[in-house]
Amino acid sequence: MSLAKRIIPCLDVTDGRVVKGVNFVALRDAGDPVEIARRYDEQGADELTFLDITASSDNRGLILHIIEEVAAQVFIPLTVGGGVRAVDDVRRLLNAGADKVGINTAAVTNPQLVADASARFGAQCIVVAIDAKQVSLPGEPLRWHVFTHGGRRDTGLDAVAWAKKMEQMGAGEILLTSMDRDGTKIGFNLDLTRAVADAVGIPVIASGGVGNLDHLVDGILKGRADAVLAASIFHYGEYSVEQAKRYMAEHGIEVRL
Amino acid sequence: MGHIAVVDYGMGNLRSVAKALEHVAPEARVSVTSDAGEIAQADRVVFPGVGAMPDCIRELDARGLRGALIEAAHAKPFLGICLGMQALFESSEEGHAAGLGVLPGKVRLFPAAAMHDAEGQRLKVPHIGWNEVDQTVSHPLWQDIPSGSRFYFVHSYYVEPGAAGLTAATTSYPFAFACAVASNNIFAVQFHPEKSQAAGLRLLANFVAWDGTTRA
Repeated sequence: MSLAKRIIPCLDVTDGRVVKGVNFVALRDAGDPVEIARRYDEQGADELTFLDITASSDNRGLILHIIEEVAAQVFIPLTVGGGVRAVDDVRRLLNAGADKVGINTAAVTNPQLVADASARFGAQCIVVAIDAKQVSLPGEPLRWHVFTHGGRRDTGLDAVAWAKKMEQMGAGEILLTSMDRDGTKIGFNLDLTRAVADAVGIPVIASGGVGNLDHLVDGILKGRADAVLAASIFHYGEYSVEQAKRYMAEHGIEVRL
Repeated sequence: MGHIAVVDYGMGNLRSVAKALEHVAPEARVSVTSDAGEIAQADRVVFPGVGAMPDCIRELDARGLRGALIEAAHAKPFLGICLGMQALFESSEEGHAAGLGVLPGKVRLFPAAAMHDAEGQRLKVPHIGWNEVDQTVSHPLWQDIPSGSRFYFVHSYYVEPGAAGLTAATTSYPFAFACAVASNNIFAVQFHPEKSQAAGLRLLANFVAWDGTTRA
């Protein structure tokens, strides 16, 4: 027996509420973040990820209060991402109680931020989030690009090469979201997940598209991810985290039960 | 119980350690401190930390905490966590840094050549996630925690104790390494009890109630 594969519920937070959209649009309210965090903790979540998708700068500070409140009640690792642009943003989130900070768009516009934050706080707390989308045409070898700005902007960067570069720059983990799957419930992009997981020596968290428990199993066994992240299947009560873990265990995956 | 000092030397998320201690010991006074005098007066000391070993020692010295820490490590219930465990040893491969030398042994990087499982699949470094902690001695800090319980790890370096009998638990990744050590009033763990849910809170509660002897 050894290291367990992780299940990480993801909470997209805007203006102090958990929401979930499809392909980054059409948001639907899913509840109070502290209450939801506690529920997932009780169900055996291995970690929690909060993505702050608050659009207005007025309400940016809300996420800090939410993290402080969650960290006082929930004793599992917390990752927070969204709008992290400077080393000082990383510091503020860690001080509020985050254990890891996700860096997404800013890693592309300023890769040095990843190196600086990693040198300052340690690689273990720097998660580089990559939103990727398939750009190869049918019949061509598979290729994926990194997209930013909530999936609207093609950076032209190759997602696999970018993941390797982020590892070199000091990322401790990669949170890989298949942008064209996000919210669709048709499963992870397994080719993408495996290509990135095989290319880097740091753990890869698969994200985007989970609609049932087989998708989680596939993410680990076929995508070779170290952890799987999902939102809507847990938010709306379709499955509990515990059910998901039992299902994965039945398929030979080592989990924490 | 009394006063628990959580040593603050600018390395990592100390708030979560303090919050977890407050959660298990609401009647104790938990202070996050970089004051040598406060560490000297505390009834028990928690030495946490994440980050790199050379920075750790430099930051400790910049705050004049080396003496107070070494003294506490010889005198009262003392809990090292993660980097706070590693720093107790003599040296680290990380930046070829010298540690505090309270315990014999060295800190090594997970060797790339060994990092694959029985099926040949690559094991990632850092070692991140919940792994099984197999207790090798009975100890007051293991009370009501079944051997094999999972705790949360996040680290790239591990301790290789230089004396038989220091190891209190091992974890496999893929080889067995010392994930907990015990010596008199010192208990130190590579994993994060403050992030290990029920098992971690139990360990912290055991520490808060511990008299600093190894009698189980």
